[in-house]
Amino acid sequence: MKSDTFPEAKTMKSDTFPEAKTMKHVAFLDVKNLEVIYTQNKRTVRAVNHVSFQLDRGQTLGLVGETGAGKTTIAKACMGILPTPPARILNGEIWLDAENILEIPKEKMLRIRGKKIAMVFQDPMTALNPLQTIGEQILEVIELHNAVSRHEGLKRAGQMLELVGIPAARHVEYPHQFSGGMKQRVVIAMALACDPELLLADEPTTALDVTIQAQVLELIKGLREKLNTAMILITHDLGVVAEICDKVAVIYAGQIIESGSKEDIFDRPAHPYTIGLFQSLPRLTAAEKWLKPIEGMPPDPTDLPDGCSFHPRCPYASKECALAEPDCIEIGTGHFCRCTKWMEVRTCQMHP
Amino acid sequence: MGKYVIQRVLQMFVIIWIAGFIVFTLMYMMPGDPAKILLGNDATESTILAKRAELGLDASYVEQLASFMYHAFVRFDFGYSWSYGVPVMQELLVRLPRTLFIGVSAMVLNVLLGTWLGVFAATHRGKWQDSLTMVIAMVFISVPDFWLALMCVLFFSINLGWLPAYGIDGPLSYVLPILSSAVAGIAINARQGRSSMLEVIHADFISTARAKGQKESVIVRKHMLPNAMMPIITGVGGGLAMVVAGSPIMESVFSIPGVGAYLLVGINLRDRPIVLACVVFFAVFTSVAILLMDLCYAFLDPRIKAQYAAKKVG
Ligand SMILES: Nc1ncnc2c1ncn2[C@@H]1O[C@H](COP(=O)(O)OP(=O)(O)OP(=O)(O)O)[C@@H](O)[C@H]1O
Ligand SMILES: [Mg+2]
Repeated sequence: MKSDTFPEAKTMKSDTFPEAKTMKHVAFLDVKNLEVIYTQNKRTVRAVNHVSFQLDRGQTLGLVGETGAGKTTIAKACMGILPTPPARILNGEIWLDAENILEIPKEKMLRIRGKKIAMVFQDPMTALNPLQTIGEQILEVIELHNAVSRHEGLKRAGQMLELVGIPAARHVEYPHQFSGGMKQRVVIAMALACDPELLLADEPTTALDVTIQAQVLELIKGLREKLNTAMILITHDLGVVAEICDKVAVIYAGQIIESGSKEDIFDRPAHPYTIGLFQSLPRLTAAEKWLKPIEGMPPDPTDLPDGCSFHPRCPYASKECALAEPDCIEIGTGHFCRCTKWMEVRTCQMHP
Repeated sequence: MGKYVIQRVLQMFVIIWIAGFIVFTLMYMMPGDPAKILLGNDATESTILAKRAELGLDASYVEQLASFMYHAFVRFDFGYSWSYGVPVMQELLVRLPRTLFIGVSAMVLNVLLGTWLGVFAATHRGKWQDSLTMVIAMVFISVPDFWLALMCVLFFSINLGWLPAYGIDGPLSYVLPILSSAVAGIAINARQGRSSMLEVIHADFISTARAKGQKESVIVRKHMLPNAMMPIITGVGGGLAMVVAGSPIMESVFSIPGVGAYLLVGINLRDRPIVLACVVFFAVFTSVAILLMDLCYAFLDPRIKAQYAAKKVG
């Protein structure tokens, strides 16, 4: 099973890479202008607005943003599992390996989900069926995508459990017999069971303590090296982002307000929200006075402010900010920012 | 688990004894002298006294109660009918299969059809299929079941002439009684099934199953239904109790000589042995049904099973 995908993934990389330099580069995952709304009791939640990003094989993109920013919605859209209704994709394309996920027929999508794309869900407490043993639940995805006997499948499920540090013998137990952190690892084992090419990890380490968190991150890194897996990592933890992401996209009110390489975002942030995000983190090295939470509340997604959605909370905002939605400006190679005042902001940062 | 089952069975016996005790006491306290009622107005004092002695009514309350409890629960003997003079148990055993058959069939229909309708409505939520199912369910819950039974007779037996209106000649005679007893339960289960399905439909583990690439039909069968069934199973015992409690009316509408009709006969004639036997039967039947459903529930849900296993120690 492993030997099937393993060389394939490698050769793919070495084949397409030189080509990509000469021809127009086609990203492995290319999300274009994605727009998702939820309709609930006649109210419309604008959860994702004009989101675009690219991701290559072997790359990891960190999605960061406050709660309710739309991170999970983006990931579910990429999987094609948004609950419709209430969700609706108004606009956009999601190209994976030159196929638009949103147009792939249902039948074919069943073969892609779980195999080519896998997802680790945010809440481990509810992500597992309480009436089935965890072995059975891992087996389900293995049997769906591999022609294996039940016995072989269970063996594989046991191996996956061992991989995340749970004794294989516990595969006969039910979810309620595991702690939150262990359930999280079961969910991870399930997502990794078929060697995905794209892994969507929605806060995979929040329920874990520091040592286990480190182990899980190692595991994910290992997968990336071995299979050249592309990964979207959703997290609140900027430390985790710093450790394993190549690229970062900062989401605010369903919009990517700044994106770029990890260095761009960590060392040269340009959007006032990104800057605020870093300043609201306690740092051991910085003095207490630097700890400044962003003032105000995230906007109501059913009633987004006109113009730049961050302007009511932005210390640099002027009248124009309330008028027109700022464009996405490339302020450095691959470094994008949705703020008309980014130059001013940057000068202020350098000479406070 | 085993210890829990034993504990529950013992509990059940106690409940049945208490039911027997209460009904006996109520019957005892009923105004009017049963001997007088049986013999009619022109009976002489001496024949009445003789009758009282024959029926054992001259003994004290405690003696009568003790005798009833001993005979009913140790020897499974409810004595002779005061009015007919035949052994009540014998009559009960003849009637029992009919009532059981109607009750159990109605229950099976309730669960299967009710759940299916609930799933159907939930998977079409917000569409016309959903609204239609729920409106019909609401109508059938509100309508009294004896009225529905009469309408069924009117329509299927008298207008269409498809099914017998009363009596028990052949299996077809059971169709209308079963249907009329089941309808309200089907409607209740449809509503319950729909709401528990809707709860489950948005559960995260359903997203997990979708993310695995599982087919929607399999997701419904393997993940949604088992979880949505839990509240339905809890309701089955109560539903069965409801069907049995409705059996006197149903059986008299359709003239079915079952236990329910027997109970009515007993009440009309103040025939204490008949009433006691029927009530004890109802108590046994409902307790067993509820016990079975609870055990079923525990067996299907590992979380409850774990709780019961833990109780063994505590
Ligand atoms: N099923 C749903 N029905 C209606 N609205 C929804 C639904 N799911 C999400 N939303 C709304 O969409 C917006 C984005 O939600 P999403 O779950 O994507 O946020 P998130 O960034 O993942 O937040 P968190 O960090 O808390 O997980 C929120 O305003 C949320 O209220
Ligand atoms: Mg989320």
